[in-house]
Amino acid sequence: MERLLKNKALSGWLMVSPLAAILMFFLVLPIVMIVIVSFWRATEFSIIPDFDLENYQYLFGSAVTYKVFFNTFKYAAITWALTLGIGFTVAYFLAFHIRSQTWQIALFLLCTIPFWTSNIIRMISWIPFLGRNGIANSALISWGVIDEPLEWLLFSDFAVILAFVHLYTLFMVVPIFNTMMRIDKSLVEAARDAGASGAQILWNVIIPLTKPGIMIGTIFVVTLVMGDFITVRFMSGSQSANVGRLISNDIALLAYPSASATAVVLLATVLIVIATLLRFVDIRKEL
Amino acid sequence: MTKISRRHVLKGGAAFAAGSTLGAPMIWAQNIKDVTLRQFGTGVSNLNEVAQKVKEDLGFTLEMTALDSDSVTQRAATQPKSFDIADIEYWICKKVWPTGNLQAMDTSKIKNYDKIVGIFRNGKLTPESVIAQGTAPHTVGFTSGPNGTDFVQEESGWMTLIPTIYNADTLGIRPDLIGRPIRNWSELLNPEFKGKASILDISSIGIMDMAMVVESMGEYKYPDKGNMTRDEIDMTLAIFTEAKKNGQFRAFWKSFDESVNLMASGEVVIQSMWSPAITAVKSKGIPCVYQPLEEGYRSWGGGIGLSAALTGLERDAAYEYINWYLDGWVGGFLMRQGYYSAVPETSRNYMSADEWGFWFEGKPAEGDITNPYGQVMEKAGAVRDGGSFYDRMGSVACWNAVMDENQYMVRKWNEFIAA
Repeated sequence: MERLLKNKALSGWLMVSPLAAILMFFLVLPIVMIVIVSFWRATEFSIIPDFDLENYQYLFGSAVTYKVFFNTFKYAAITWALTLGIGFTVAYFLAFHIRSQTWQIALFLLCTIPFWTSNIIRMISWIPFLGRNGIANSALISWGVIDEPLEWLLFSDFAVILAFVHLYTLFMVVPIFNTMMRIDKSLVEAARDAGASGAQILWNVIIPLTKPGIMIGTIFVVTLVMGDFITVRFMSGSQSANVGRLISNDIALLAYPSASATAVVLLATVLIVIATLLRFVDIRKEL
Repeated sequence: MTKISRRHVLKGGAAFAAGSTLGAPMIWAQNIKDVTLRQFGTGVSNLNEVAQKVKEDLGFTLEMTALDSDSVTQRAATQPKSFDIADIEYWICKKVWPTGNLQAMDTSKIKNYDKIVGIFRNGKLTPESVIAQGTAPHTVGFTSGPNGTDFVQEESGWMTLIPTIYNADTLGIRPDLIGRPIRNWSELLNPEFKGKASILDISSIGIMDMAMVVESMGEYKYPDKGNMTRDEIDMTLAIFTEAKKNGQFRAFWKSFDESVNLMASGEVVIQSMWSPAITAVKSKGIPCVYQPLEEGYRSWGGGIGLSAALTGLERDAAYEYINWYLDGWVGGFLMRQGYYSAVPETSRNYMSADEWGFWFEGKPAEGDITNPYGQVMEKAGAVRDGGSFYDRMGSVACWNAVMDENQYMVRKWNEFIAA
């Protein structure tokens, strides 16, 4: 027994097996199932095991699919750019402008307070705020900025993006702040001594060293936005669609095979996006 | 998990009791207290008050789960063991019945069967009535026998669903924000209401509202709105897609609450709506009218069906429940919210003369009309939108339906939403 345990290869396998088993059971198996079901056929109330490419043919043959995927990418790209801008600024301020560690931690915790309420509540609370007779419009009218209420504030792409940015900025702040805190301050001093300006330090020292954090934040935001359906449904007043909504509509109508096919295509797309992102930065090296 | 095992024990116990004391009513009466029936359905009639009253009057426990129409269909079709009683609409029944997940009900065990309104038996409200288009309840209300999975068109003695609740739907409007009379369905697409209209995002119901609008605009006369051809579906959705692109709609709604919020906040002034949603808007002190329209109503009906897995004592309890349901208390409870009961005359016993006059006969209210929760819904002198039961149910233009081309329609609907 003792000899068995001393066998390095075996103990290695044993150590890795709990995690492998969990991933196998809760990640790989469901995905395999989804892939299998995507080839099945469905009638209105039954699902028939089969090997049928109809789901994919319909998906790739429909102009709506491309439009919806384009929409999904649009939401992801705009949200990414905005959360990165805000997230980087907040993290930079926390990491380099706040001197005392106590304050850093206190302010950082302050950022997380909104996250103590649920996603859906934070999202829905925008609706009365942005509405035609909402707080935003009445305030703007009373200040004399506008005469007519702004219609595009609610139930529009603007509202969707606003909610996304609100919901997901913290996912950018946390990893960027984390990497920034580990930048050796003497590097900044050295750059300063060598005559670099503030902008040069930012561009040539801080940003390159923060890349892994940016990348992790990016992965969070992009996958969350691409997989979302509820924010798009509520904030667009059901008028816009992304891939998640296509899937949820299919599920609601019992069309599991067609939902699976869409899910497989979405999964593949997201994986390609992440693989591309990882070409730019080696996260593991930097962690 | 604990629930399942408890139920197994219960079933075993019930079988044992039935075996050993067959026909002893006292034992049965004690046993029935241990019965739990699991009912699920759409929110309209899945009310906790009903479950409480069942416990009081009949002694057994009714567990209620409220879901949206899509989820209800899904659950009835795919998880027959997850419920004992399905509270579903007739168009859902058309989809679910052929799966064999529900069992036929023997009408001879239904005490008030003869008093059920004609709509659910031969399709005719009065002998002169013309049967409306769509999935009229009587067309999917009967099956050939105890094990039938088909539909028959005559009163066969075996019902698929026992009718419980129904109503005639139309457009809801904000009279204060519109400021002129609305008489036709076509007003939904009137450019005057650009950015202030809404339609519901439940394909099988939304398409019917659309058809009412298209006919009202004079664009097309459907041979059967409840069963469109592919061309008709394309044409209907094309009209609405164009309107959507022109910014006619403020939003689409999927749940009851969304429709209330859209209307109450003034985001929308004209939209497809359900009767209790109108009530909810009114109870906030905001004027809202369930506008009767010249082309008629889009009607719907619901009923309760029994799971095929239900047997023995639990099935007896379920019949007991159905008889109690039609006995008037629930009917009165529902009618005081603006719905109709399948056996109106028994409900009358549970309503005041003024309430009956207002809700059923379309007479002006003599005093304030309150809902079952005690909120004032109408002041003295008010008349129900659309008038009496016979005025309203007599001008039904179509019933909620499932089409032969349902899957095609659903895909096209998704394209409309994504457009």
